Amino acid sequence: MKRIWEAAVEKFILLNGLACVVFVILIFLFLAKEGLALFKTFSPLNFFAGTQWYPISEPPKYGILPLFLGSLVVTLGATVISVPLGMACALFIGEIAPRWMREILKAGVELLAAIPSIVIGFIGMMTLAPWVKQIFHLPTGLTALSGSITLAFMAVPTIVSIMEDAITAVPKIYREGSFALGATHWQTIRRVVIPAASSGTVAAIMLGIGRVIGETMAVMMITGNAAVMPNTLLAPVRTMTATIAAEMGEAVQGSEHYFALFAIGLVLFVITFLINMTADIFLHREKK
Amino acid sequence: MKLTAENREKIAFFVLGIAAFLVLVPVFLILFILMAKGAHAINWEFLTTKPRLGMKAGGIFPAIVGTVYLVLGTVTVALPLGLFAAIYLVEYAKGNWLTRMVEVAIVNLAGVPSVVYGLFGMGLFVIFMKLGASILAGSLTLAIMILPVIITASREALSTVPKSFREVSLALGVSKWQTIRHVVLPNALAGILTGTILGVSRAAGETAPILFTVAAFYLPKLPKSIFDQCMALPYHLYVLSTQVPNVNPKIQYGTALVLVALVFFTNLVAIVIRARFRARKQW
Repeated sequence: MKRIWEAAVEKFILLNGLACVVFVILIFLFLAKEGLALFKTFSPLNFFAGTQWYPISEPPKYGILPLFLGSLVVTLGATVISVPLGMACALFIGEIAPRWMREILKAGVELLAAIPSIVIGFIGMMTLAPWVKQIFHLPTGLTALSGSITLAFMAVPTIVSIMEDAITAVPKIYREGSFALGATHWQTIRRVVIPAASSGTVAAIMLGIGRVIGETMAVMMITGNAAVMPNTLLAPVRTMTATIAAEMGEAVQGSEHYFALFAIGLVLFVITFLINMTADIFLHREKK
Repeated sequence: MKLTAENREKIAFFVLGIAAFLVLVPVFLILFILMAKGAHAINWEFLTTKPRLGMKAGGIFPAIVGTVYLVLGTVTVALPLGLFAAIYLVEYAKGNWLTRMVEVAIVNLAGVPSVVYGLFGMGLFVIFMKLGASILAGSLTLAIMILPVIITASREALSTVPKSFREVSLALGVSKWQTIRHVVLPNALAGILTGTILGVSRAAGETAPILFTVAAFYLPKLPKSIFDQCMALPYHLYVLSTQVPNVNPKIQYGTALVLVALVFFTNLVAIVIRARFRARKQW
């Protein structure tokens, strides 16, 4: 009796363990089922290479390119800001800061990560956007640049926490060897610690980028939401995520527009999937 | 003049230090702005009454209640599922391809954009399972979203319980599951709780997953069952700041402040639990 119970418990726990795999597959299947339905009536070429997103014009145009480029511009901008900042912060926390300062900084980074994206978007809209408007003399402050700055600070906590783990995982003897050869602490960081933690750093950057691409509410509130081909950082753009969030409420279930939004979701899922897989490979390599 | 290695180091550390504190600037800025502009909006009436005049006046009570319901629903689903998944990974899984697949799935689940969870939740729970836009559908969607947080934290908590604890119990003839139940779990409880609370605070603040699965634009009455729609704080803030024209900024900032206070409070609880547990830890 007891043995049967144990076996049943084990099976039940295994089932729970596999739930994550099931969910990932389910998410993919649902997105694919609804998203690929678009291509029964709309050509994939016009979807992927179309430069116009006009879902309610006649005939409707579902070109994803302006949205994809919108996401790309905002993400690149955010990456340029957040990667140096995040790396510097991680190095400072992991290597240089005394214990009390480290605790304060870590708590601060955790708090930054905890602020809901809608609040960051709201504050960005109310304070950052007017500044951007004033500084660059623009008709509106809701631009790709404002989005990049906002998103940079949302990516920083991810980059810091993963890179800091990588730094702390560098064996102490590496540093001691370098000190013994007469190197300064900074030389040791540059020539020993950073190279030794490189896999984890790459993973940290990848996951930070993944965070930025997937961010929805803040980016919707602060980038101005104009579905046009972006040609400058100082104009409104619209990202893929914002398009789904903004239009799904109005799309009729089962319509071409509805399927098109799921197709965007599928594209997003594939992009983040690839990013996460790559990051995971780097993290796994580091563990070995 | 050539820089000596020592001076170089001073300059480098200074720059890194500045960058590190730059990261804290937005945290303080956001807290300061919210306090300065939102604190005087908050009073008993704001917290306990319904919105009036097309949400331009009155309180945010239904949104607070909605968020609490959603969080409770989310935890009820996500905690058992996440905990058992973590138990599987730590106690039962062998280091084979199946385990690796579960790990990869967790990593990917953690990286799925929140709006994609919204799409998925709408497709599966609202439409396919015919739950409609409801607290149930919203909670299930949020639960899948925070699953990786709970699993990762629980897994870490379980694996820090020393192996000797298990060995002693097994040597006494106790079965594997009973060992887990009576020896491993009590010792990992604090870590599991911390992870769960952090997951909950994430669920409380998310907007995109509840957009199409539960959130009501304006619903002055409280939900009666888990099949009803409800308002929620993050979505309410979104509505107030982008969908309704000419809302008094006081109400917007007040709503944002309540949301942030709620999220920070849950985080604080997690930090306190973690700290107390660390202090008490015997091994």
